Amino acid sequence: MRRRLVAAGRILAFCAAWACSAQAAEKPPIKIGAIFAVTGPAAFLGAPEANTAQMLVDKLNAAGGVNGHPLQLIVKDSGGSPEKAVAFAKQLIESDRVLAIIGPSTSGETMQIKALCEEERMLLVSCAAAEVIVNPVARYVFKTPQKDSQAVEWIYKTMRQKGIKKIGIVSSNDGFGAAGKKQLETSAPAFEIEIVANEVYDKAATDLTDILSKIKASGAEAVINWSIVPAQSIVPKNMKQLGMDVPLFQSHGFGNLKYVEAAGKAAEGILFPCGRLLIAESLPDDHPQKQLLLEYKSDYEKRFNDAASTFGGHAYDALMLVVKAVEKAGSIEREAVRDALENLKGFVGTAGVFNFSPADHNGLGLDSFEMLTVKDGKFVACKNADR
Amino acid sequence: MPDVMQLLLQHAFSGITLGSIYAVVAIGFNIVYSTTGVLNFAQGEFVMLGGMTAVTLAAFTPLPVAIAGAVLLAGLCGAGLELALFRPLRRHSTLHMIIITIGLSIVIRDAALHIWDEKVRALPYFTGDEVSSVRLLGAAISPQVLWVLGTVGLLVLVLHVFYRHTLAGRAMRACASNPEAALLVGIDTANMRTLAFALSAALGGLGGCVISPISMTAYDMGAGLAIKGFAGAILGGLGHPMGAVVGGLLVGLAESYSVLSGIPAAYKDATAFAILLAALFLRPHGLFGSPERESLKEL
Amino acid sequence: MRRLPLLLPVAICAALLTGLQLALSAAGLQSYLNEAIIAAYHAIVVLGLCLLMGYAGQISLGHGAFFALGGYTSAVLTTAPLSAARDSGWVRGLRLAGALVEREDLYGAQILTVAPGAAFLAALLLTLAVALLIGYPALRLRGHYLAMATLGFGLIVYRLLLGTDWTGSADGISNVPPWHLGCGLTVSGRPAYRVQNFYIAWGLCLLTLALLLRLAHSRIGRALRAIHEHEAAADAMGIPTAALKLRVFVLSALLAAGAGSLLTHYHRGIYPSAADATQSVRYVALVAAGGMANLWGALLVSATLNFLSLRGVFGSYDHAVFGALLILIVSLAPQGPFQPLAERLARRRRARKEAAHGAA
Repeated sequence: MRRRLVAAGRILAFCAAWACSAQAAEKPPIKIGAIFAVTGPAAFLGAPEANTAQMLVDKLNAAGGVNGHPLQLIVKDSGGSPEKAVAFAKQLIESDRVLAIIGPSTSGETMQIKALCEEERMLLVSCAAAEVIVNPVARYVFKTPQKDSQAVEWIYKTMRQKGIKKIGIVSSNDGFGAAGKKQLETSAPAFEIEIVANEVYDKAATDLTDILSKIKASGAEAVINWSIVPAQSIVPKNMKQLGMDVPLFQSHGFGNLKYVEAAGKAAEGILFPCGRLLIAESLPDDHPQKQLLLEYKSDYEKRFNDAASTFGGHAYDALMLVVKAVEKAGSIEREAVRDALENLKGFVGTAGVFNFSPADHNGLGLDSFEMLTVKDGKFVACKNADR
Repeated sequence: MPDVMQLLLQHAFSGITLGSIYAVVAIGFNIVYSTTGVLNFAQGEFVMLGGMTAVTLAAFTPLPVAIAGAVLLAGLCGAGLELALFRPLRRHSTLHMIIITIGLSIVIRDAALHIWDEKVRALPYFTGDEVSSVRLLGAAISPQVLWVLGTVGLLVLVLHVFYRHTLAGRAMRACASNPEAALLVGIDTANMRTLAFALSAALGGLGGCVISPISMTAYDMGAGLAIKGFAGAILGGLGHPMGAVVGGLLVGLAESYSVLSGIPAAYKDATAFAILLAALFLRPHGLFGSPERESLKEL
Repeated sequence: MRRLPLLLPVAICAALLTGLQLALSAAGLQSYLNEAIIAAYHAIVVLGLCLLMGYAGQISLGHGAFFALGGYTSAVLTTAPLSAARDSGWVRGLRLAGALVEREDLYGAQILTVAPGAAFLAALLLTLAVALLIGYPALRLRGHYLAMATLGFGLIVYRLLLGTDWTGSADGISNVPPWHLGCGLTVSGRPAYRVQNFYIAWGLCLLTLALLLRLAHSRIGRALRAIHEHEAAADAMGIPTAALKLRVFVLSALLAAGAGSLLTHYHRGIYPSAADATQSVRYVALVAAGGMANLWGALLVSATLNFLSLRGVFGSYDHAVFGALLILIVSLAPQGPFQPLAERLARRRRARKEAAHGAA
């Protein structure tokens, strides 16, 4: 009996030593910092982004990590506050010494840390939409959402097809709305579109019939609304209540079926440019994004019991871009990863196919968007809508 | 109907839509203020709680039951909070109680975020749906707004009867005008305070249900509503339920008409607050209040 | 003789902070100094507000707006490029006055902007004007009316900043340059300057504390207390109540604006949410939690809570913790966190005295 115990003890000790030496031979983890607005006014962006990032990291680690290195994700909840975003960015850079930071979720926060990351040479892959994040280009700052200017181009092209010349614009007073408004105003002359009414409203407004009455009175042939929830659902309702039957165009922020449900019948016929995540099933089988989109959608819905949205997709792209850059560079030195990322071409993401260059730190082109519309309470591609 | 008139009327309707939402919050403020002298910063959160609870209940009960349940729960919440936080405090100044309500509003908001989530939700329209509207003289208004106005009017009526013709109501008014004297005649001021909080929470919850289809319900809707409701209550004169309603409607109308004037719509809210400031500087006791009554109430 | 006990704690505090910095730097935890610096600047706002609310008894729910006024003025002036107007009369005049500076921006371009020092002065002047304009009518109101008026003022400023293009609308202003104060000191967020910024921030904070302590314990402080207790009686005694209240209001506004300006240079940016009601209410709550008329309490509570919050210690529950702590402190220790301790010490001293008497 005693001899058996001693033998068991020896075997255990041997196993422990072997495990320890195996640990010692393991590669150091790749630390990636993430600043997301998981709570607060931008939670509809940050919550799916944080979920997606965590899900992706778990998946990659289960498959053996990146080049043998396990991934370590450090998520900080900024609550949408720029001050916290700056403080967390400094912590990630100085204390945690991460390889790269993904996020923040909003343009305001990103702009406050852009100079900081550029000066401290921290790789930043933002999930925020504003054009100014990558224009003018800073060497270390990238972003994954599509360009506002291209969304605007799609809207105006569609309008030109429909023969619409006079439009009314309503936008919210947050960063997203302001950026969209600027793009709409800048691009209108090139498409011979005349803006006959242009109003900004508070993003928390509960009713917009007063502003829309003004738009109605101006004789606009179409209305563009550039905002986020809840205004995206309130505007179509108010328009129908006022008896306005001109077409309503929205921004790519409308990409979530919940917003359609919230607007109910009023959502029928809304046109907006969007990434292909929402219509992944109807894509042709040889489309480069189809498999990725379907996989992401089903993984997310299974794990979090909630509809996948394009916002979470931006975090997916940001994280995968860093991973791909590490794989391509074959190193975890920040300079090498940055160079690899800057020259990455043909990367298939949820928002589109990315092609970076030293002058283009967004990498997405016009074809990353598709014009969608709402039919019978579902998203369909415009060209399939039988109009 | 000539175009200009129609536009003005349409803006009036929009203003009434907004104002009715603010009036709902203002009434709740009033009840607590009249009885206890405390400005309840958490009033907006009660409105939010009513709406959120109703939406959750409406998933498996018919709408009237869901609303009744939400109102009840909101009222219990208000009573519970008063019992837990204000009852044990005896010698605290009104300012301290106000600060506590500030802390409460923050905690309730965060709790709502973690209980539900950040998504925006709404109750179904009571009559009609998202696209229906009632036409009056060429201008359109959603039928739900008529529900809100009706509810607000009913509340004012009920409160009027309550304050004047029931013992509890008269006791509450006694507490408001002279707490020491009320104690001397045997009124249980502590219970009256609990009743005031419960009542204002329940009415706020009802308001939250009835405005939900229009304004949508989200965990962070309380703060913005509270401020506008505040403004309405002060404009109308604190201590007068009718004043609260009129004040709320005026704030909404001011916002709506400011869009018509040259001021950019981006500053619409600033206009409403500027009017409030002007009212405070010129006639601080509000439209329905009187200066003598107010000088008795100091912080 | 009474002066010594008053400022001695300030000196002790300074020594403790120096020790803290040396310990953190030695332990390689220098990044913690960042949150301490931000907490110090916000503490300056809270101290000014404490004087206004605790001593003078005037509640202000709009101090975030003053902070933002200071910050935005500095930000707008130091980032607006004047190169296009280079040859115009007023630009040349400013240049002669030494108010302009030529520098390189983030992308390597040469631009001409107002110097941070001049911008700071402009910020203070603007805040002075606005505080006088708002204070004069508002301070004639009492209690919750004053609260509403200041809240309304704060909201108007917030909406104006949010809705205007040249203040950056919702994204605020970024790329604000660091401020070279001379003698090798620079207000900047970069790690290289971290230690000196710690001393600059906390030095200014303790200086403010010392000044306000002196003020609170002087004739003016007693006059303020009298106004707080019973304004009509103070008036009857010949105290210039209206003028004093206005002066304290303006002083607290200037402190807030100064802190805002410095913090903008440290963060290299400013954003509209610094002016909104949530931030203003937070300041008031911190004053209340410190024990309304307790400058040390205000400093301790605000520095600690802000530091922990910025460190992310509370995670996603940040707001809930803040609200809960607020409720706890105000309900359990309304005179401030030090009061229970002070009461216990006083009781012990009294007991000792009685025992000595009894023995004698």
